[in-house]
Amino acid sequence: MTVAEAKAQATKPVVEAKNLGLTFRTNDGPVQALTDVNLTIDKGEFVSFIGPSGCGKTTFLRVIADLEKPTEGMIAVNGMTSEQARESRAYGYVFQAAALFPWRTIASNVALPLEIMGIASAEQKTRIARVMELVNLTGFENKYPWQLSGGMQQRASIARALAFDADLLLMDEPFGALDEIVRDHLNKQLLELWARTNKTICFVTHSIPEAVYLSTRIVVMSPRPGRVTDVIESTLPRERPLDIRESAEFIAIAHRVREGLHAGHSYED
Amino acid sequence: MDRTRDKVLPVLAILAGLVVVWYVGAMLLNAPFQRDLDRRAGETRGTVEFIGKTLSQPKPTLPAPHQVAANFFENTFLRKITSNQSLVFHAWITLSSTLLGFVFGTALGIAIAVGIVHFTSLDRSLMPWLIASQTIPILAIAPMVIVVFAAIGVTGIIPKSLISTYLSFFPVAVGMVKGLRSPELTHLDLMHTYNASPAQTLWKLRVPASMPFLFASMKVAVAASLVGAIVAELPTGAVAGIGAKLLSASYYSQTIDMWSALVAGSIVAGLLVTLVGWIGRLVDRSMGARPA
Repeated sequence: MTVAEAKAQATKPVVEAKNLGLTFRTNDGPVQALTDVNLTIDKGEFVSFIGPSGCGKTTFLRVIADLEKPTEGMIAVNGMTSEQARESRAYGYVFQAAALFPWRTIASNVALPLEIMGIASAEQKTRIARVMELVNLTGFENKYPWQLSGGMQQRASIARALAFDADLLLMDEPFGALDEIVRDHLNKQLLELWARTNKTICFVTHSIPEAVYLSTRIVVMSPRPGRVTDVIESTLPRERPLDIRESAEFIAIAHRVREGLHAGHSYED
Repeated sequence: MDRTRDKVLPVLAILAGLVVVWYVGAMLLNAPFQRDLDRRAGETRGTVEFIGKTLSQPKPTLPAPHQVAANFFENTFLRKITSNQSLVFHAWITLSSTLLGFVFGTALGIAIAVGIVHFTSLDRSLMPWLIASQTIPILAIAPMVIVVFAAIGVTGIIPKSLISTYLSFFPVAVGMVKGLRSPELTHLDLMHTYNASPAQTLWKLRVPASMPFLFASMKVAVAASLVGAIVAELPTGAVAGIGAKLLSASYYSQTIDMWSALVAGSIVAGLLVTLVGWIGRLVDRSMGARPA
């Protein structure tokens, strides 16, 4: 790779969507899950997608992950098609449910992608130890998923997504099913992790405080048809203690997100 | 103590009920013949003595439980196991072809299920044939299979166990199709995000997820295998095995022998099903299942 190419690689957006649309064919006729989405996400960003259910935020994440194919427009991930990106294991995906295999211990769940990608077992061990430490689960390697709390299971699933060192992390409401206290704690840990690893994170949520607390950019979406109604740049510093959520700046951003969500709803009923 | 009360007692209660029904049945069914005998001999008996007689005929229509038990005990424990009088000998012959057929059948069933799950064309084309195969009475097929194989010089345990295979592959195939399709959508999506090959998805996700289904269907299959092995011994002139024992006893109206062969068969079936269940639990435990 020449210097120029390396530079091009570095400046290439991690995710680029142009006029992206996706229409599901259902028995009740076509459903427009996404229309005319234009979005560019650069390396190191933390982008949250927020909106009511049916706004297409999860669908958009699945399009990035090549779990759904767009019917209009284009999507590029690391300058490749989403399929090529998936084939080159460009991202780690964290689902709403932890989706750990119940017959595998935590460590061997984390090892799953490494096994599939054919990584040598000595290397697997060091990587497992590293990511288990990253999500504060050291000591739980030999437990089975049912022996862990919901929050710990979700942390294990984040460790699994981190294990193969993809630069892009796609997270679909990972903390949606957890209680507020656990969620606060995990949000803080996630920010620390993001700061330490400099990954690009796309994060779907329906919690306004969560979106504002975590993101460098917040994409507000609205349903029927699913579309982007506002993109808000956060003015908060990268270093964010939990009590930043009581600052005027935080409240102002949260207010704008709320406005955006309301605007999207205004011409409904 | 709790275990005794919760598990053993209900079973014993049902067993006691069955034994009572059996005795009453034996009495009623054997009574006409006994009455006939007594009339010809010109004897008159009291009720108690008459009942005693109906329960101790040498070739009764329905042998009484104690007659079957005595016969079973004698032919199981008091004979050399190499003698063709021994039920252990006959049970072993049947068991060996059952196990061979069961292993074939399970392998075939799993192979068919893997094919059906991975190829849409097989999914569409194979299932109706599988179902059709099971609607053909096994008694009609067994002699043909044995004769055809004998014609090409294959005799003995292989053609017999093929009948077991024929009966046992079906539950395994149906159970495994369901089992291999049982992983949650999220788990399949997860494998997709790793760009896992179909073989990796099969071994790391579908197969482990299908284990409970496999063992449930193997329990059905092993019992079907035994039925297959016994049926295969009936029309084929086999001289050994529980089926052969049943047939020869029926030629000579040795009803007590027939019933004790049946008891031997059901004990073998019970042991096989228990064994499969036990292995299933071991596998379950080694896969980190939450203890019940």
